[in-house]
Amino acid sequence: MTTLDHPDETGLAGAASRDAGARGLPGWLSGVGVGLVLPVALAAGWELAVASGLAGGRLMPPPSRIFATLVDLSGSGELARHITATVWRVLVGFAIGVVAGTAAGALAGYSAIVRRLVDPTLQGLRAIPSIAWVPLFILWLGIFEESKIALIAVGVFFPVYLGVMAAIASVDRKIVEVGRVFRLSGPALVRRILLPAILPSYVVALRSGLGLGWMFVVAAEFMGASEGLGYLLVDGQQLGKPDQIVAAILVFAVLGKLTDALLAAATAPFLRWQDTVETAR
Amino acid sequence: MSAAAVTIAALGKTYPNGTRALDAVSLTLAPGEIVAVVGGSGCGKSTLLRVLAGLDRASDGRVSVGGTPVEGPHPAVGIVFQEPRLLPWLNVADNVGFGLVTLPPAERRARVAETLSRVGLVGYGRRWPRELSGGQAQRVAIARALVTRPSVLLLDEPFSALDAFTRADLQDHLLDLWAESRPTLLLVTHDIEEALVLADRVVVLKPRPGRIAALHDVAVPRPRDRVSPEFEVEKRALLATLGRSLARTPGEEAFPAAAI
Ligand SMILES: Nc1ncnc2c1ncn2[C@@H]1O[C@H](COP(=O)(O)OP(=O)(O)OP(=O)(O)O)[C@@H](O)[C@H]1O
Ligand SMILES: [Mg+2]
Repeated sequence: MTTLDHPDETGLAGAASRDAGARGLPGWLSGVGVGLVLPVALAAGWELAVASGLAGGRLMPPPSRIFATLVDLSGSGELARHITATVWRVLVGFAIGVVAGTAAGALAGYSAIVRRLVDPTLQGLRAIPSIAWVPLFILWLGIFEESKIALIAVGVFFPVYLGVMAAIASVDRKIVEVGRVFRLSGPALVRRILLPAILPSYVVALRSGLGLGWMFVVAAEFMGASEGLGYLLVDGQQLGKPDQIVAAILVFAVLGKLTDALLAAATAPFLRWQDTVETAR
Repeated sequence: MSAAAVTIAALGKTYPNGTRALDAVSLTLAPGEIVAVVGGSGCGKSTLLRVLAGLDRASDGRVSVGGTPVEGPHPAVGIVFQEPRLLPWLNVADNVGFGLVTLPPAERRARVAETLSRVGLVGYGRRWPRELSGGQAQRVAIARALVTRPSVLLLDEPFSALDAFTRADLQDHLLDLWAESRPTLLLVTHDIEEALVLADRVVVLKPRPGRIAALHDVAVPRPRDRVSPEFEVEKRALLATLGRSLARTPGEEAFPAAAI
């Protein structure tokens, strides 16, 4: 909050203050607490409505039943199996998409020739709704893991490709000149100037890639999976078990949020230098 | 005196869009000499420094540093840009030590600390650039250029963004630093007083195309007192030179009065 004027007190100026988000709110409501008020109230209201017989709760089960389903599923070890399958697919697809997107984005950002050659095609492919690939991928790669992972990788590829390309093309010429003045070689210029300069946008690209990865894993698991959270969804629909569907949706939400937070936390130490609204708090 | 530190011979620079930024500029700097370049906006001052720094190629003529033609950035030539251009992802110490990676870490740290104290920033090494004031950032940029001990230092309006007090302070700092190792300084400025405080010679450029309009030797002995009568006399003499060389060119923009 306050920037101390003592040069020795380094690191303090950027430190976030804990009460920043909760000004004017009682202590127990601070931070995460505020965000929980609405969903908890809704859940409690629904629970009461069903318990008092005001609502049926057949199509939208009350929280207690969803919770029981979750306990059931995890007790039998089934939930862990489905989660593992889904997370594994997301991770592999994400990794492939990131590697391919980074390589293509770096080439297209670095070389105007490559960009002119490749970018129009990729932009054209991007315009295809990715679910439209599903039949083709199944024909090419079969019904098992390969086609699912390919679909997820395609979803991850585009935001990463676009992010990297735009970031490299927009690196400040003035900063690059500093590297030239110190006569950095090509690789040193990339390592010491270009990579750190694009890192913030790269992290944003990775996070949106991961988000799309989670979207696409559902689509992938709709195309005939025997395990995975997407399978739980399909299964719940076919057998008329809305509690199982909602439980799977909740697990998706938690996992998506969790992996995003992990990615953000893993990259945060490299971005402490950023001069943004966030770090100025 | 030994060979020239910097030789600029019939230098011309045409940008790809056809702008003739410099035309037939010839100038020789002796080792340890301080030369100030003044002139209105767009008369090619930055272009001149960029060519000397090896960031832009000359279109005609040639430039050499220490007898070798400039073909790219030269290890003995340092440049301070008009903006600090610090690398935001490095703290102050790492920014200053950016050009010293070949040194062993202990020696690098010692050199960085010494240079930071030279520019009056002891204890600022672990700050991020975003935590600096404009004047502090500019001093870090100066330290970054000084730390490699260049024999030629190019400064592009290094103090123009600063208030009068900080500016005078940094001018004195720069002279102290210069007194130690006597590098050759070529300094672009909009400030007549700054030119007179620092320089042995003042080069007046005029625009379209950028060329030398006048050369003025500064006769005031060092150390110079900004309020002494000799300084006042010299200032009037330089202003007269400026008036003679710039006012009489019809259709061209005169030296902006605001800069004087
Ligand atoms: N990259 C470029 N491409 C084309 N023209 C340029 C380029 N850089 C500068 N110029 C032109 O060259 C001329 C000299 O520019 P330069 O930057 O050297 O001026 P300057 O004397 O430093 O001006 P100022 O005092 O405003 O910084 C100007 O007319 C400018 O428009
Ligand atoms: Mg300029």
